[in-house]
Amino acid sequence: MNQPTSVPVADRALDTAVATLLAPTGLGLDALESGLGQALGAGIDFADLYLQRSWHESWVLEDGEVKEAGYNIDGGVGVRAMAGEKTGFAYSNQITAEALAETGSTASGIARSGARLSPQAVAARPQSTRYGAEDPLSGLSAEEKIALLKEADRIARAADPAVSQVSASLTGLYEVVLVRASDGTLAADLRPLVRFNVSVIAIRNGRRERGSAGGGGRYSMARLRDEGVAERYAKEAVRQALVNLEAVDAPAGQLPVVLGPGWPGILLHEAVGHGLEGDFNRKGSSAFAGRLGQRVAAPGVTVVDDATLADRRGSLSIDDEGTPGQYTPLIEDGILTGYMQDKLNARLMGMAPTGNARRESYAHMPMPRMTNTYMLAGQDDPADILRSVKRGIYAVSFGGGQVDITSGKFVFSASEAYLIEDGRITAPVKGATLIGNGPEAMGRVSMIGHDLELDTGVGVCGKEGQGVPVGVGQPTLKLDELTVGGTQS
Amino acid sequence: MTQAFDAAAQQALLESRVAAALAQAKTLGADACEVGASVDQGIGVSVRLGEVESVELSRDQGFAVTVYVGSRKGSASSSDTGEASVSAAVEKALAIARHTGEDPAAGLAPAELMARELPDLDVHHPWALSTDAAIDLALACEAAGRGVEGIGNSDGASLSSGEGVRVYGNSHGFLGSQRGSRHSLSCMLIAEDAQGMQRDYDYSSVRDPRLLRSPEDVGASAAERTLRRLGARRPATGRFPVLFDPTQAAGLVGHFLGAIAGGALYRQASFLCDRLGEPLFPEWFTLVERPLERGAMASAPFDNDGVYTRDNTFIEGGRLASYMLSAYSARRLGMETTGNAGGARNVRLQAPLASREALLQRMGRGVLVTELMGQGVNGVTGDYSRGAAGFWVENGEIQYPVEEFTIAGNLGQMFANLAGVGADIDTRGSIHTGSWLIDDMTIAGS
Repeated sequence: MNQPTSVPVADRALDTAVATLLAPTGLGLDALESGLGQALGAGIDFADLYLQRSWHESWVLEDGEVKEAGYNIDGGVGVRAMAGEKTGFAYSNQITAEALAETGSTASGIARSGARLSPQAVAARPQSTRYGAEDPLSGLSAEEKIALLKEADRIARAADPAVSQVSASLTGLYEVVLVRASDGTLAADLRPLVRFNVSVIAIRNGRRERGSAGGGGRYSMARLRDEGVAERYAKEAVRQALVNLEAVDAPAGQLPVVLGPGWPGILLHEAVGHGLEGDFNRKGSSAFAGRLGQRVAAPGVTVVDDATLADRRGSLSIDDEGTPGQYTPLIEDGILTGYMQDKLNARLMGMAPTGNARRESYAHMPMPRMTNTYMLAGQDDPADILRSVKRGIYAVSFGGGQVDITSGKFVFSASEAYLIEDGRITAPVKGATLIGNGPEAMGRVSMIGHDLELDTGVGVCGKEGQGVPVGVGQPTLKLDELTVGGTQS
Repeated sequence: MTQAFDAAAQQALLESRVAAALAQAKTLGADACEVGASVDQGIGVSVRLGEVESVELSRDQGFAVTVYVGSRKGSASSSDTGEASVSAAVEKALAIARHTGEDPAAGLAPAELMARELPDLDVHHPWALSTDAAIDLALACEAAGRGVEGIGNSDGASLSSGEGVRVYGNSHGFLGSQRGSRHSLSCMLIAEDAQGMQRDYDYSSVRDPRLLRSPEDVGASAAERTLRRLGARRPATGRFPVLFDPTQAAGLVGHFLGAIAGGALYRQASFLCDRLGEPLFPEWFTLVERPLERGAMASAPFDNDGVYTRDNTFIEGGRLASYMLSAYSARRLGMETTGNAGGARNVRLQAPLASREALLQRMGRGVLVTELMGQGVNGVTGDYSRGAAGFWVENGEIQYPVEEFTIAGNLGQMFANLAGVGADIDTRGSIHTGSWLIDDMTIAGS
């Protein structure tokens, strides 16, 4: 795994944020002080301002041509005012002195009486940057972006005559974020995020299947090109579609399941990750509530949430409350050791924030969310893991998952999977949903590979209607038993 | 509400912005142009354990412009409907259209299909609700639920109320506007027994606040739905009929609509490609769209292309009678638009309806599914495999709750195996349906 680069305070981020967010309307950092003063009304014990501007670009190829391209600009300010467990929230898509004053006084309406506090002076805090600060959209010219998509189309079509449709997309996002909170926080972040995706339809003998592949991270579009994503993901999408053309019906029932490395780490995101978010544990609504220090997974299982990985899709230099992104152990050798926290839930639970406060935009309230969540490598040879299974499923790619954090039940849906018979991978099987109970499933992890991989950078996590980019990862894993939702009973 | 929302003034402002953008695009050399703009404002409050948790005042705006230069297309959008931002978006869209490739199917919908009449569809019912009144409703809702014996914890209750305006115009000279409102109340509760915790919820969502279910009713029903899940077991693996409750049955209709949507068809990404006219459902089953129904959730006189909406019949006597097309997807398929740019509006079914009890009797032994989890629906093949929770049924009677199992099949086969539709119609969403009984699915459990 890459080691993050650690550089002294991101002065540049702050300068860029002021120039981008405040200067256009003639404001300076002092405007934040008066805005914060408005939000810190009577009875308010914490307030913060979140200023954001984002530029999003997408280029889509279909039928060999880039026929669709779009550009979106968004931005504004979101203001929170808190009194104990209560939060008042208002936002505006204008960053002006009037908007700051109005949103501040609206948000502070959550409390009507009590002491009036002054914001703490800004406390300088060292900040590491986890990714480059460049505008990722300008890394390639329009002609180069189109050429990259056409290359993917050409390679996919040449790969196999069964390929009948190819679509490819290139998207990029550049965000400038500035946070000022009454606890002395002043922090800025410049966040690039790019992604390249290829999806194909293959038709053979009247049967139709899809394959897709993609990836990206917090870097420039130029790096996508330099890393050869067009060829890699075009070939991968075709390979997956061709495998699925041969797939037989999946079995139904309880079977041993081997999960491949990387993206199947969505298991951890669903089976344990959400259940370890601070809000659910403060409210006692998570199946993991009150279980700190207890065994919640098999020995050998260590799961972390890590915002500090260089250039990863889920990485954060600072979270959306200005807390530096961190490496947070969640489960160590099977024992529950930590939750993911934002400021509100950390304060109410008497814990420290872990840099997991995230929000979709200025128009959404932050909550504890995952960043990059993965299981550390074990000792087992992946080949030995497969050899140990008499009859089971080997799943290497997934479409998505979901969890009921209260009952602990989680699902994730395989999009590429195989039968294991007598320790060997045999026929591909159709996509099937796997279902289990988080703590139980983690207790059934019996072998852990030495081949930790992170996903290629495609994850979007949804919670209470808010989407944020995340990463997952794991080594090859064996679960002794999981329910496989095929059609062959 | 503390912020006033003047819908008429907002509409006039957005209309002027749309008109200005269309004029600017023409001046700058666009051959055709279309512009959409919207503004929505509302309040959302949430309470938990008898205390206010959050109060949120929202005001969302959006603006999107698409220009056509010959058969090339460019789009740009922004959350800011200010003059400068709109003008910048037009320029950006034109810049993009210099780079995109030729697309013979690109362009506006035919001018003669633009909606001519824009009737008031009775979907705008603002609610002059103060923050305190909103909080009181949410508190009453949660209290009613927590007052039921056995409810030990709560995920809270929320009330949200909002209204908005959307405007669409294009260079055919079409300019249409529609105002709308939506108000909802929801409650999620938690109960626990020796086996663990369960949660469930209920909600009411309406255009007209006078039709909102009472807070006491929503809270009590959320409690009942939560408590009935305690003591869940895992069902046996095997082949059984499945009764989908109305919410989950609406999901099946949604999968069907996804498979007849033009975008999926011209991309060959649907298991219903080239199936027009073929029998898909039993012959007693008909599925229609009623976009002009007054007061309904998705009513609209024009679609996202400006095309007039009309009553469509997607399934007639069990056969696939029509696809669901926009102007663009219609051109790609060599067909005519069905006025469905932006999707289906108010889907209704026409079939003999049976009581829930009669459907359970007909099922005999199987599972009633009240919750589905995950994304295991493959629109390309129709393969279906999802996590589920619900109730085990023997001799036509509910026996005990079940959880941690999957149901699997293929949508094509499931539609053909539809054995009955319930009279227990859920009218909260855009798709109105009762329960669906589907024979012969695979359950994977213990």
